Amino acid sequence: MKKILLWAGLVFLLLVLVVGLIRSQQGQVGIGEVAPDFELISFSGETYQISDFRGKVIVVNFWASWCEACKPEAADLEAAYKFYEPRGDVLFLGVDYVDTEPEALAYLEEFKITYPNGPDLRTRISQAFRITGVPETFIINQDGIIAHVQIGPFRSLEEIKSTIDPLLDL
Amino acid sequence: MTNRLRRILQLLTVTLLLSAIIPGYAMAQGSEPTDDEVNAIAKQLYCPVCENISLDACGTAACEQWRNIIREKLKEGWTEDEIKTYFVDQYGDRVMAEPPRRGFNWLVYIVPLLVFIIGIILLYRAFQIWRSPEPEIISKKNSKKSADKSTDEYINRVEEELRKRSKG
Repeated sequence: MKKILLWAGLVFLLLVLVVGLIRSQQGQVGIGEVAPDFELISFSGETYQISDFRGKVIVVNFWASWCEACKPEAADLEAAYKFYEPRGDVLFLGVDYVDTEPEALAYLEEFKITYPNGPDLRTRISQAFRITGVPETFIINQDGIIAHVQIGPFRSLEEIKSTIDPLLDL
Repeated sequence: MTNRLRRILQLLTVTLLLSAIIPGYAMAQGSEPTDDEVNAIAKQLYCPVCENISLDACGTAACEQWRNIIREKLKEGWTEDEIKTYFVDQYGDRVMAEPPRRGFNWLVYIVPLLVFIIGIILLYRAFQIWRSPEPEIISKKNSKKSADKSTDEYINRVEEELRKRSKG
């Protein structure tokens, strides 16, 4: 009986180690995978549940106010949002990763960002997407499948449009 | 009696004066917290941006912002536990240098202890095996002894024969 317990314990420990190793080696959620469902509460208090927006293209951008590489793309993302806003079939969401609220709000103000942005509370969203840093952007198609993963900043508004346009009925 | 009363009064006065001069341990709300007070809390938190660096020793902009948050909260009169809870609510358990004892976090505390106990048991058993002589070796030793004995007898007999011949 003691031996069985000892072996069961060892097997359990090994399993925990294996699961941990696999998770750490996984990398980001990839193209073709189902996008993780998440809830984002914006700085202004609105709640966005991803699964409620099936049928729309969703652009999920991870950023932080302390992230220098996020700044060059901030204005382009806002311009893209403004460009697609009249159509109503593209949702832009900004997820503020491990940031402080005053600095995050100052950042949104500085780059005049108007699309919904909210904090990644308890880093649940970034963990679900297994991001490796900021900025990272995930573009989800109408069926809830990841269609594009952008590691690092977008270089221009055209680059953003070139990833979204193929997903839309133009 | 009068002297004693005077001494007591003097002591009371000195005590009252000292208590007025020396600042209390509890920080008044609105007063500026010192760097030491901020770092006392910061060293219990880890920056999730840079791995394995505590907040008090981290030089990134994110950590600087976080230390400012601690300073602001202390200024508002928050306790150490309230500030730590705030950080956990905002950024998750992984910001804590010592993970809260709940759920899967227990593994952090149990696994090293288990590994240590298993190691001690294995070492103890290994020492036991090393100390007790192996039965095979004993039997080999015995057979060697008897072999030596028989060889001695043989040599003795050969020597005896040689002696007899040399005499003859």
